[in-house]
Amino acid sequence: MNELFGYIFIVVGISFDFFGCLGLVRLPDVYNRLQASTKCVTLGTSSILFGLFLFKGFSAAGIKALLCIVFLLLTAPVSAHALARGAHKSGVRLWENSVCDKYLEDTENE
Amino acid sequence: MKKSQIILFILSLLIWTFLTWPPDIQHIIVGILVAGLVSYLTGDLFVKRPHHFLSPARYLWFLYYIPVFIWECLKANIDVARRVVHPDLPINPGIVKVKTNLKSDTALTFLANSITLTPGTMSVDIIPEEGILYIHWIDVKDKDIQKASEIIVRRFEKILSKIFE
Amino acid sequence: MMKRLRWLIGLIIIGIIFWLIFNYPFTSLLEWQSKGLERAFFVLLLCGIFCLLRIMLGPTPADRVVSIDILGILVLGFCALLGIPTGRDWYIDIGIAWALQSFISTLALAKYLEGRNFDE
Repeated sequence: MNELFGYIFIVVGISFDFFGCLGLVRLPDVYNRLQASTKCVTLGTSSILFGLFLFKGFSAAGIKALLCIVFLLLTAPVSAHALARGAHKSGVRLWENSVCDKYLEDTENE
Repeated sequence: MKKSQIILFILSLLIWTFLTWPPDIQHIIVGILVAGLVSYLTGDLFVKRPHHFLSPARYLWFLYYIPVFIWECLKANIDVARRVVHPDLPINPGIVKVKTNLKSDTALTFLANSITLTPGTMSVDIIPEEGILYIHWIDVKDKDIQKASEIIVRRFEKILSKIFE
Repeated sequence: MMKRLRWLIGLIIIGIIFWLIFNYPFTSLLEWQSKGLERAFFVLLLCGIFCLLRIMLGPTPADRVVSIDILGILVLGFCALLGIPTGRDWYIDIGIAWALQSFISTLALAKYLEGRNFDE
């Protein structure tokens, strides 16, 4: 029974990973790509790790997989945040059809 | 030993035990030595207000926060998948400004993380003194500060202020 | 109209790749028992190829750094998946070490991006 649920979690995770990487190729600028890929790949990989936990139970690998999920959920948004800030400060502008850029207005006024 | 150092010691020993599962006596002894050294050296850096770790209501609110967070995450993923496979790419991006009432560093970090993993939003920069966040929104519904704050921040602010403030 | 055409061409290419993955009779490399997981690896490899494509094409350095970050998380998933059919527990250790390194290097690259202007 646990193996069946493990397979379901792994398949869902791999399909989310695939959509995230497809977004990395299709979307038009850095911020949109960062957004789509960070969300999808983080939850997809967490789901694969939870599937591994369901396969292995409370053994060494299973506990390490749970620890890895917590680590991933804490660090992936932080690195996305740092990358978005760095990209904006290095002069990458938004896509030309964007609606508004309040951050650029505020940083230029200073 | 100060209170913050004891809390850091317990946390790092817990993580060490998880990393060397199943626990046996040799690993525990090495873990106590290493965790003691680490917590003695860096006790004041990570834990600023140790009395927060002792109230059980905060842990209950944290348990309530986890399913809310996972549900928002799932919605975000389905939303992104829909936008990516659609032939017309239905995106309408922009950077908006929102305001929050949270003050402490931990609460602001968790708020930024939650915003990044929930539907259509990603935090770009943060000014902790004034409580202002700049947010990249993939589908801008409102440019005004008040209304954008209503839509984006209010979902988490109430729970996070109960946990961390 | 042009957009729809490009979308259709991309759909056909991805469909052909998926048909190859799920219908080609792979000879078993490591004598894994489960056939389904063996094919799942190839989908993850396809994700890695997308990341490499973005590293190759990316117009700005920021795109490339984003792509490297995503590739690091994908390798963690790959290591976790590799632990199931082979039955070896230490693959997840490699995954943890890789994720830590990838996080620190991403932060360093973000700092490097922040300190320099590409317009001027």
